[in-house]
Amino acid sequence: MNHRSPVFRLAASFFVFVLVALGLPGSARAFVKDVANFTLKNGMQVVVIPDHRAPVVTHMVWYKVGAADEPVGQAGIAHFLEHLMFKGTPANPNGAFSKYVASVGGQENAFTSSDYTAYFQRVAKEHLADMMRLEADRMENLVLTKDVVDPERDVIMEERRSRTDNNPSAQLSEALEATLWFEHPYGRPVIGWMNEMEKLSLEDAISYYDRYYTPNNAILIVAGDVNADEVKQLAEETYGKLERRAEPPPRLRPEEPVHRTHRMVRLESPLVTQPSLTRSYVVPSYTTADRKGLAGEAEALDLFAELLAGGSTSALYQKLVVEEKVAVSIGGYYRGTALDDGELVFFATPAPETTLEQLEAAIDREMAAFLKSEITEETLARVKRSVIATSVYAQDSQQTLARVFGTALTTGRSVEDVLGWTDRIRAVTADQILSVGLKYLDKNQSATGYLLPAPEASRS
Amino acid sequence: MNQSSQVSTMPVRTLSLHALALSLLAFVIALMPRAASAVEIQRFTTPGGINVWLVEENTVPLITMNFAWRGGAAQDPGGKSGVASFLTTMMDEGAGDMNSTAYQEREEALAMRMSFSAGRDSFFGEFRTLVETRDEAFEMLRLAVNEPRFDDDAFARMREQILTGLRDSETDPQTILGRTWGDAVFGNHPYGRPVAGTVDTVSAISIDDLRTYRARNFARDNLFIGVVGAIDQKTLAGFVDKVFGGLPLSAQLAKIPDAIIPDKPFLRTAELDVPQTVIQFGRPGLLRDDPDFIPAYVLNYILGGGSFSSRLYEEVREKRGLAYSVYSYLYPLDHAALYVGGLATRAERAQEAIDIVREEIARMAKDGPTDEELASAKAYLKGSYALRFDTGDKIASQLVQLQLEDLGYDYFDKRNGMIEAVKMEDIRRAAKRLLDKGDVFVIAVGRPTIKTDG
Repeated sequence: MNHRSPVFRLAASFFVFVLVALGLPGSARAFVKDVANFTLKNGMQVVVIPDHRAPVVTHMVWYKVGAADEPVGQAGIAHFLEHLMFKGTPANPNGAFSKYVASVGGQENAFTSSDYTAYFQRVAKEHLADMMRLEADRMENLVLTKDVVDPERDVIMEERRSRTDNNPSAQLSEALEATLWFEHPYGRPVIGWMNEMEKLSLEDAISYYDRYYTPNNAILIVAGDVNADEVKQLAEETYGKLERRAEPPPRLRPEEPVHRTHRMVRLESPLVTQPSLTRSYVVPSYTTADRKGLAGEAEALDLFAELLAGGSTSALYQKLVVEEKVAVSIGGYYRGTALDDGELVFFATPAPETTLEQLEAAIDREMAAFLKSEITEETLARVKRSVIATSVYAQDSQQTLARVFGTALTTGRSVEDVLGWTDRIRAVTADQILSVGLKYLDKNQSATGYLLPAPEASRS
Repeated sequence: MNQSSQVSTMPVRTLSLHALALSLLAFVIALMPRAASAVEIQRFTTPGGINVWLVEENTVPLITMNFAWRGGAAQDPGGKSGVASFLTTMMDEGAGDMNSTAYQEREEALAMRMSFSAGRDSFFGEFRTLVETRDEAFEMLRLAVNEPRFDDDAFARMREQILTGLRDSETDPQTILGRTWGDAVFGNHPYGRPVAGTVDTVSAISIDDLRTYRARNFARDNLFIGVVGAIDQKTLAGFVDKVFGGLPLSAQLAKIPDAIIPDKPFLRTAELDVPQTVIQFGRPGLLRDDPDFIPAYVLNYILGGGSFSSRLYEEVREKRGLAYSVYSYLYPLDHAALYVGGLATRAERAQEAIDIVREEIARMAKDGPTDEELASAKAYLKGSYALRFDTGDKIASQLVQLQLEDLGYDYFDKRNGMIEAVKMEDIRRAAKRLLDKGDVFVIAVGRPTIKTDG
């Protein structure tokens, strides 16, 4: 979750983009040509990404469940359970798993999003079997007591204070999301609302665990100095022995009703010294574009966002920052990796003499102008090349590759979708890009947030 | 896009169990892992006389070149802190006959990656290119290094972006913490100034200041280069000479005095109406070339360095739920050494958290770690070294860091042996030197709920 102010969002959005971007030009298929993909008898999916440059592996288990699958009134339980998964099992009590990882020089962490929850360790390759044994153990044997749950609840509440409650920009983002989505749980913060977090219980956590943490709802991803056969054998000896503990229901989240209003959210705070604005539109994700028979729209949206606002060569930056100087910075990105709909997000900081209203009007005007403009072959080729190169650079990191596949597979995409991405980007035409822009830059499908100093705040 | 302090790598919509980013001061200590057996470092001098460290790696069709000029933000002129940082933003704002837009469009067309950042003691560059367009990409880098334009409009644009960022962070607890810390710990020493500058100092910076900094700092005798990727020595030597060979032989660096770090406990607070108090603590540390640095590094791992296993983690987070992130680290600079730690907790328990930190440090200072803790720490530190060698990016940055720290080419091979050799008596000696009686100074930003100064 990005908790920086809008001024600094570019880097974060780039990372998100890397997660989507894979699928490689012929000469660059160095590792991913060997990606293997199979399913264990109990339904657990496995992906192996060989990378033999260093004798290390990244071992990840992804669950197809996230904050958007939480019961109403328990916002934050997915993330809370993620923390509690480190507490122990009868065979490995009191954080024994983490102690073991540290004892072999391994690194570990876990993360939760709206659509997935994942756990990983990075270790020397000879410890892979132990990681699989321990991760399999906590998939079915987690034990929680009040003694460990109570302090951990305080920890996630501190985490919320660090990310959000100390930071007006994060508070505005949270409110913007909650306003953008009427009914879909993407409007709910992954960390949770404080008033609901306070009440999250041991029973809530276990009930969520028992419902979703089962091999048939999990994906194993191993990247590193391994081959598919050895991983398959180890997986059968560890995860393969687990029973299906549950049959998680289909992931049918509430659908958004028709949106007929442009929504505005304002946050004025003495903690704000620099005004800025953000606007988000609901658009199809890669997954929903396919689901709705809109093949190619997500790829076009990726390029649309890049051309319009993707960096200092983009149309909005060139016009409003470089030429007119009404904005100090401006950017945007397409959040296309999601099980349900995605978002187009734009953010901008006004020049000192410009108001947010004036800046917003200028952005609307330039968006409209862009939709009437012509995208030259040269510009399109340049942007495609740069976008596609992300997938070559991604190969430098086994961790990045593992995350690319994990994110795709937990949001309704397949290994083949990932591998075919560059070819589909190449096929996008300028007409398609302008068409998705015309179709989805509808203000009634968007919400705009203003971050403003409190009226009484004075700046020296 | 160039300032590393502004980069967030947390993906949108994702939370992590453990905070990845530490405070503004958290410059990762480069305790170098030994090269994995597959990694062979080639050291050579180009025909132009420039030293290069190369790891040839042909699996991925990429070339990564990291480089650093010793100097960094410490070389900012007095009253104009932020010059080095400002210069990082100008490096892709036009060079040769290309203005800003033309240069950046060309970068994009080549799909090259180039970024610069200012550290306290060095000015860093990172350059990445696909093999197929390497000739053109190196030429772009040559232009940026040798023929930057510093056009008026680009200067004004970057200046406004920096000022906007600085204004935006004026009420950010971490920023206030960093400034209060700089003032309280370093006083008038250059290390006490914010790397990015302040609204006042950046407003005072002119194009000539950037030119002067560049002329004094971009030279050959303070340049360190590490390369990883699909390129051989001879070819690389040609590119390196082309990019850097035209720079002056010698940098003209101002002499930076050694800073005296306070060794008495004190409390400095800054008031801000936020629900969570942000706390940083510290005391004098050990320089990187100190013979006790390695034992102190092991000691700190046990006290506050381990992600899920340190004493501070156990006492502050795991048992009491007082913080999401709590940590400590050794922070050796070229002209100062610190031991630094931090946490953030709700205002009403800030005092309690500080008291616990002080107790734990004092306890470690007095009794040292247990044999079991020492064994675990050594096992972790030895075992994790290979993880620092699994991407070209990481290796390239370590090749540079190792040269900057001047620890010797064979340090990669010796490092784990040095960890293994640490005995309890070394730890006790290091604890005495690093922690003494365990006094720390504390800087806190938040509501006024903290009273005692230890």
